[in-house]
Amino acid sequence: MAVERINRKEIHPMENLLRMERMPHIWCPTCGIGIAVTAFTAALEKAKLDPNMVSIVSGIGCTGRVAGYVKLDSFHTTHGRPIAFATGIKVANPKMKVVVFSGDGDLMAIGGNHFIHAARRNIDMLVVCVNNFIYAMTGGQVAPTTPLAAYATTSPYGCVEPPFNIPYIADSSGAVYVARYTALHVRRLTNALTEALQKKGFSVVEVISPCGMYYSRINRLGDGLEMMKFYHDNVEIRNGEDTKNLDIGFQTKIICGKFVDRERPTYMERYNQWLSEVKPTGKNPDVSRGAQSEG
Amino acid sequence: MSPEEHKVKANSKGVLTGVYYIDGDVASGYGALAAGCKFVAGYPITPSTEAFEAICHRGPQVGAVFIQMEDELGSISAIMGAAWAGVKTMTITSGPGYSLMQETIGFGAMLETPFVLLNIQRGGPSTGVPTKTGQADMMQSRWGAHGDYELIAISPDSPQEMFDYTIKAFNLAEKYRCPVMIMSDECVGHMTEKVVIPDADKIEIEPRRLYAGPASDYLPFKPDPDLVPKMAKAGEGLNLYITGLVHDERGYPVTDADYKSMHVRRLVDKIRLNKDKIIELREQGIDGADVIVVSYGISSRVAVKGVEIARQKGIKVGTLRLVTVWPFPDERIVELAKGTKAFVVPEINYGQIVFDVARCAHGQANVVLVPHGGAGVHNPSDVAEAIEFAARQEKPIEGVYEFKTRLEKSVFEGGFRLKE
Amino acid sequence: MKADKTGVLTGSHILSGNEACAEGALAAGCRFLGLYPIVPSIEVSKRFLERAPQVGATFIQMEDEISALAAVIGASWTGKKSMTVTSGPGLSLMMEHLGLGVMLETPCVIVDIQMVGPGLGLPDHPAYGDMMQARWGSHGDYEIIALAPSSPQEMFDFTIKAFNFSERYRIPVAVMSDAYVAQLKETVVIPPADRINIEPRRYFQGPTDSYLPFKRDEDLVPRMVDIGQGYRFHVTGLTHDDRGYPIMFEECQEYNVHPLVRKIRCYVDKIVDTQETYIDDAEVVVISYGVAARAAGEAVAQARNTGLKAGSLKLNTVWPFPEKRVIELAKQVKAFIVPEMNFGQVVLEVERCSNGKANIFFLHHGDNGIEYPDGIIAAIKQASQTNELLSSTIELK
Repeated sequence: MAVERINRKEIHPMENLLRMERMPHIWCPTCGIGIAVTAFTAALEKAKLDPNMVSIVSGIGCTGRVAGYVKLDSFHTTHGRPIAFATGIKVANPKMKVVVFSGDGDLMAIGGNHFIHAARRNIDMLVVCVNNFIYAMTGGQVAPTTPLAAYATTSPYGCVEPPFNIPYIADSSGAVYVARYTALHVRRLTNALTEALQKKGFSVVEVISPCGMYYSRINRLGDGLEMMKFYHDNVEIRNGEDTKNLDIGFQTKIICGKFVDRERPTYMERYNQWLSEVKPTGKNPDVSRGAQSEG
Repeated sequence: MSPEEHKVKANSKGVLTGVYYIDGDVASGYGALAAGCKFVAGYPITPSTEAFEAICHRGPQVGAVFIQMEDELGSISAIMGAAWAGVKTMTITSGPGYSLMQETIGFGAMLETPFVLLNIQRGGPSTGVPTKTGQADMMQSRWGAHGDYELIAISPDSPQEMFDYTIKAFNLAEKYRCPVMIMSDECVGHMTEKVVIPDADKIEIEPRRLYAGPASDYLPFKPDPDLVPKMAKAGEGLNLYITGLVHDERGYPVTDADYKSMHVRRLVDKIRLNKDKIIELREQGIDGADVIVVSYGISSRVAVKGVEIARQKGIKVGTLRLVTVWPFPDERIVELAKGTKAFVVPEINYGQIVFDVARCAHGQANVVLVPHGGAGVHNPSDVAEAIEFAARQEKPIEGVYEFKTRLEKSVFEGGFRLKE
Repeated sequence: MKADKTGVLTGSHILSGNEACAEGALAAGCRFLGLYPIVPSIEVSKRFLERAPQVGATFIQMEDEISALAAVIGASWTGKKSMTVTSGPGLSLMMEHLGLGVMLETPCVIVDIQMVGPGLGLPDHPAYGDMMQARWGSHGDYEIIALAPSSPQEMFDFTIKAFNFSERYRIPVAVMSDAYVAQLKETVVIPPADRINIEPRRYFQGPTDSYLPFKRDEDLVPRMVDIGQGYRFHVTGLTHDDRGYPIMFEECQEYNVHPLVRKIRCYVDKIVDTQETYIDDAEVVVISYGVAARAAGEAVAQARNTGLKAGSLKLNTVWPFPEKRVIELAKQVKAFIVPEMNFGQVVLEVERCSNGKANIFFLHHGDNGIEYPDGIIAAIKQASQTNELLSSTIELK
């Protein structure tokens, strides 16, 4: 049967924010990262930020590849350290809006320390954590978010570690905006990202995503579509819920929503305030005093 | 009893006797279990994950414990703790993870802690090419941590060797109370070949040299005549104190300059003065050779073909394979340099071990490097041509000569086309 | 270009090595410090922080050395000259990011105030045990530039040099000092700003849609841009092409990594910085760097007074190693004396470049902690009297 060629150029609506010359991307069919990226680019437009003033930093992993496909000043850095890298950018050039886009393993395992410190300091940055409950890029090892009893290649007898509750850690460390949605909830996710992009302070948006290649395959949970169906049937939107109650078990209910939205002075606000209180005299410091030994 | 008489047979529980068709990573994991390794802490990093996964799978069946830590720093710290808790222990990583582990490797050297570290090298630097091979961490394995120390590094060239030399690595670690590196690479790690695991009673194991005297007399860092102190473990009532600061025989920190010199000196001498017992080399066709190919790991297998091609052209070529790369066989190279025209060193990097070969050549032989950036292995024809070139040189070449390979020519003279 | 006046504390001061290092950084235009406190480097940060408000510099104490260097690399991409300071254990932790800095070709300076190692060693005692680590500590192939100051004045001067090298070659540069020079107080003369030469960052000037982050100039160094200027570039630690996009083939590995190594190796002559004294007719040359160079200078002068034909080659840059010069000198002299405050690191390079033509006498650091001239003079004497060519390096003391 002859197929008529449709003679119009098919343009992705977010083309100006994507590195089209690198398409197709490397993510597997049934992966939710692409959805997160689309939501993010849509949010960038909705938030009316100047793309020239937004920098995106990723770590290592499947989600870590996001920086390579988004058309902003983008950095693909070392495993676990995009937040530290982004802190350097922000503190050195506070005019930049920095976004860290990385996975659960990168941000919460090896990067855990940097996550809590940046939250504590309230560095003005958005952290998008795509949580697929597994280390996918390296072949399906257990992650700090892998639910108890789930299988992974390094928990072949079932995971014995209780997982992190990411919104709870973010909240208790001092984040000013914390939300969680799944890859199914595209519109809510886009709105959350829009709000977070406009928010001053350390903001975290967790995106629960299917991983058809590893997590759901190893655990016999079906393919991407079945995972989406699962989200549809088992997600409860509870805005304002206490982050303590947001644990995720193996194939249990997942609570999504916006949980934290508060105000705290940011790191640079405090830093600048301190600077303005230190009265530079214009005179050179008393150099004859020299350094004092720390003992 | 002399140290040689200390060896015992392997515990059959950990020995998965049989004939297998497995890759190097998995073979190393099985080797660790056969050696009596009881604790493995790791962090996933391509291309080493299969080794860790093999242990996660088989370990519990043979009484070994594993834990995936939050990062490589956690992994190596955990195995240090496990070693002091009394077990044989190992961690598994690749380039970037290896870089993260350096501080604790130095710490391990300082505390004279026996452990094995398996590094499946990949293309670097930085994130590099995670799924393809490299041999560019060799100098790092010698000098990666701060301060002065010596350690042992082995370079296996096949899955069978991954099995055999992982056991040997554990034995060396116990014998010299130091970290031992297995510097493998992605090619050998992901290469599937026949691996024969013998009966347990055919495998020799070096047991930990534990202190057996009264608790009140125990000095954790008092060396035996071979400069290696006896070890102990937590939970024996010995009130161990372990610190990374320069310490005396009791393990307590000292700031005395004299002591500092003595202590760090011994750490270094412990390996340097026992070199002969540690170094393992494979030589072939060395006598009367005009050119000697010095290589290690996967490059030594590729070199075999290159040597064959060169021999067909009538060139007298010998091969020296470094099974142990550190400590470096200074004396052997010095000796060989006097009797040969040139050394050809194929390595998957832009020059690392070749500099030590050049150092020991003392100007007596030319030194030709056949480099390769990584993400692939040498073209044997390049090795053969380098051998030919070296054989033809009548005059001394100052410094290391870098041979221009086909790959380099095709990329820089042919033009590099972007592959999509 | 000339230095920015705001950072230059012109005048003659009594400063410790650490303080002089901070002043050098500020004079060089450094406006970002990412730090993690570690003895014996504390005073560098302290001084920088004290001066930061006057100069308009920013700093942040990060949660560990790993993140400190990560923040420095990030800050460098905003256009600010950036630096971190640390000691042995911290430098060991920084190895992965050193590789990232190399791969992203990011200018930055790492100051290592060395202490006795390995492990926690002796935090306030001087040593030079990290010299080989600076060269080979990270995984993969790369070249590094490392300077070794011997005095507070050199701490000031070499820190400026380090920033200049890092901009010129787009590479992290190490300043390898030690706990002794760090605390030593001497006169440091800081000239007026218009007498300090600063290497400007080499920026890409073309239109925003034609920027290729890793397209190399003739000298193999690519041009940089700042974040936030509309270039929307991408850089990654994975092996990449001119566009900065990852390509996982050996051709790309060759295309990406060989120039990283060549951009230093081909320009060694422009980078190597050494100081020669009494070399022309020397029979014995003392090759030294850092604190040991102080004793070496004194020893050579005293030896000359007693009629011994001694000379000194002081390495201001230790990496890249001055291969050519040492190969040359080896043909002229009887012996090299290498005093080092470690158990043998740079002496191995001397051995390599001597090609068996000169004897090598190695003095490891004395029990007093630093080198004294007496040991070196005795070595010079012994070397002068040794007429046959020895088969291996002799370790003295």
